[in-house]
Amino acid sequence: MRSRLRLGFRRHYGASPLHLAAHLVGFAIIALPLDRIFSGGGGVTELLLWYLGLVIVHDLAFVPAYTGLDRLFRATSARLPLTTRTGPPAINHVRAPVVTSVLLFIIYFPLISGQSDGTYFAMSGHHLTHYLRNWLLITAVLFLGSGLIYAARVLRARARSAR
Amino acid sequence: MSVTESPNLDPTVIEPADRPSGEQPSQRAKRPSATPFRPELWRSPVRGPWLTSFLGTLLVPAITVIALTGFIDHWAWYPELQGSGTFGPALFHFPASWPSWSYAVTQGTHVTLGLMVLPLILAKLWSVMPKLFQRPVVRNAAGAVERISLAALVASVLVEFATGVLLAEDYPSTFNFDTVHYYGAWVFGTLFVLHAFIKLPVMRRAYRERGVLKPLMQGVAQTEPEPPDDGGLAPISPTTPTISRRGLLAMVGGASLTIFAVQAGESIGGPFRKLALLAPRGRVFGTGPNDFPVTHTAASAEITSAMTGADWRLTVVGARTISFSRQQLLAMSQSTRTLTITCTDGWSTTQRWTGVRLAELARLVNAPEGATLRAISLEAPEAGGVQASFPPSLYTDHRSLLALRVNGVDISLDHGYPARVIVPNVPGTLNTKWVSELRFEVT
Repeated sequence: MRSRLRLGFRRHYGASPLHLAAHLVGFAIIALPLDRIFSGGGGVTELLLWYLGLVIVHDLAFVPAYTGLDRLFRATSARLPLTTRTGPPAINHVRAPVVTSVLLFIIYFPLISGQSDGTYFAMSGHHLTHYLRNWLLITAVLFLGSGLIYAARVLRARARSAR
Repeated sequence: MSVTESPNLDPTVIEPADRPSGEQPSQRAKRPSATPFRPELWRSPVRGPWLTSFLGTLLVPAITVIALTGFIDHWAWYPELQGSGTFGPALFHFPASWPSWSYAVTQGTHVTLGLMVLPLILAKLWSVMPKLFQRPVVRNAAGAVERISLAALVASVLVEFATGVLLAEDYPSTFNFDTVHYYGAWVFGTLFVLHAFIKLPVMRRAYRERGVLKPLMQGVAQTEPEPPDDGGLAPISPTTPTISRRGLLAMVGGASLTIFAVQAGESIGGPFRKLALLAPRGRVFGTGPNDFPVTHTAASAEITSAMTGADWRLTVVGARTISFSRQQLLAMSQSTRTLTITCTDGWSTTQRWTGVRLAELARLVNAPEGATLRAISLEAPEAGGVQASFPPSLYTDHRSLLALRVNGVDISLDHGYPARVIVPNVPGTLNTKWVSELRFEVT
C-alpha cells in the first residue's frame, strides 16, 4: 500500500517525496532573507536586474563568447604548423594564461577600469593608477611562464623520443 | 573554463550515439541547425557526472569556509543591520586570550578564498551548461521545482560574488551591497546545501562507477569521455580531447593560486603587501612610521587641523566626567602593544601602538559596573562617522588602547590624530579615529 502510494507520487511528481520536502524546506528558509534583500537592499527593479542580468550575461554572453573564441582559436591554430604531432598539445598553454588573465580582469574590474577611483581616493588618499599596468604586466608574465613550461615539455618529449 | 566543443555542421556526423529507436537518420539530417538545444552539439569529452561531481566536491569545503568566516565577520561588525538578530548572534567577540590577529585570519580568509573560488564556480557552471538547454525544458513537476531552485542558486552565487567584489574594491554603492551580500549568503547557502543534498545520489553513483580519483590518472591521450547519462551532462558525440580532466583542474587551480598571489599580501601585510599587485590595499607608499594603508582619510571625514589642534579635548564620561588635553594623556602611564587592525574589506595591518589603556580611563571616571563604552568621533555621522560600542570584556582587555602614537611617533591625521581607539579583533571600522568623547554608560 505504502509502496503503491509512493509509486503514484513518483509518477505524478517525478521524484521521491523527499525531493519535494527538501525543496519546500529550502524555499521556506530563503523566504525571509529574500524579503530582507528586496525590502532593505535597494530598488526592487535594480536588484532584479542584477540577479537576472548576471545569469543572462553569464549563460548567454560569457559562456558562448569563451566557447566561441576557443573554437575559433582551435580552427585557426589547426591550420598553422604550430603543434608537432608528437609533442604536448600547445593549446592548453594558451588557454591557461588567457583564462587566468580574464578572471583577474573580472575580479579586479572596479580597480583596473578605474570605476572605483572616487571612493578609493576618499578611502585611501590615493588614485587608482597602477592597476591596469599591473594587470597587463601579470598577463605578460603568465604568458611567458606558460610558454617556458611548454618549451620545457617539448624539449623533454624530444629527448625522450630521441632515446 | 576551457572548452572543447567544436562546430560541426556536417549532418552526417552529428548523429547522437544513442539515437532514440524509431527515429530515422534521414529525419535528423533534415534539421542540422546549430542551436544549443541539440544535445549532440555539446561535445566536450571531459564533461560528465564525474567531472561535475568532483568540482562540486571541491566547492563544498571552500563554500563552507567562506560562509563561516563571512558570518564571523558580519556578527563581529554589523549587529545593527536591520533584523540580523534573526540570523545570528547580535554581537560576536573573539576571546581576549586569542592573539590580536585572529580576526585578520578569518576576515582575510573570507575575502581571499572568496575571490579564489571564482575559477571553480565558473568551471562548475561550464560543466553543467548542457542542462540549461535540455529539452523538454521541464519534464515533470519535480523538474520544474529543481529548475527554479537551480536558477535561484546560480543567480544568488553570481550576485554574492559580485557584491563581495564591489564591497572589497570600494565600488561606489548603487544599492546596499552589505544587506544584499549578507542576506544573499543565507539564500545562496541554503540553496547550496539543498543542491548538494539532492545531487548526493548522482555524486555517489559517479564516484562508484568511475572511481573518486581514477579519472585524474589519465593524460590527454588516455582521456575517455564518460558514457551518456540520464542527466545529460556527458556528450553524446564527443570530440577528440584537447585537455585532460586533470589538465582542466590544473587550470582552475592555477587561476586560483594566481588570484591568491596577487591578493593575499594585503591581508598578511608586512613585506608581502607589495606582492599583492592587484589587491585594493596592496600598495606601499613610503617607509615612514605612518605609511601603512588608510581606510577613510581625514579629508573625506571632513576633519580639519583646527578641530585637532591645541584646543582639542577628550571628554571621558563615567560616574564622573573628566576632560583631558593631549599633553595630559601623554603624561599618563603609557602602554605599547603590537596590534593588528583588520578592515572588513579584508586587508590588515600590524603596527606598534602606544597610548593609554581604555581600562585605565574607565577606572579614572569610575565607570559603572557592566557599562558599555561608546566611542564618539569628531567626524560627523553624515560624513560616515561610526559610533562604536564595546562591552566590558573588550575595553578591559589589557591590550585595548586609546592610541596616541604609532611606531614611536604621533599618529598621523589620516590614522586618527589626536587619538584613536585600538581594540584587538574587532572590525577596523570600530577602531574609532579622531576620538572626542568616550562614554561608559549602562544601557
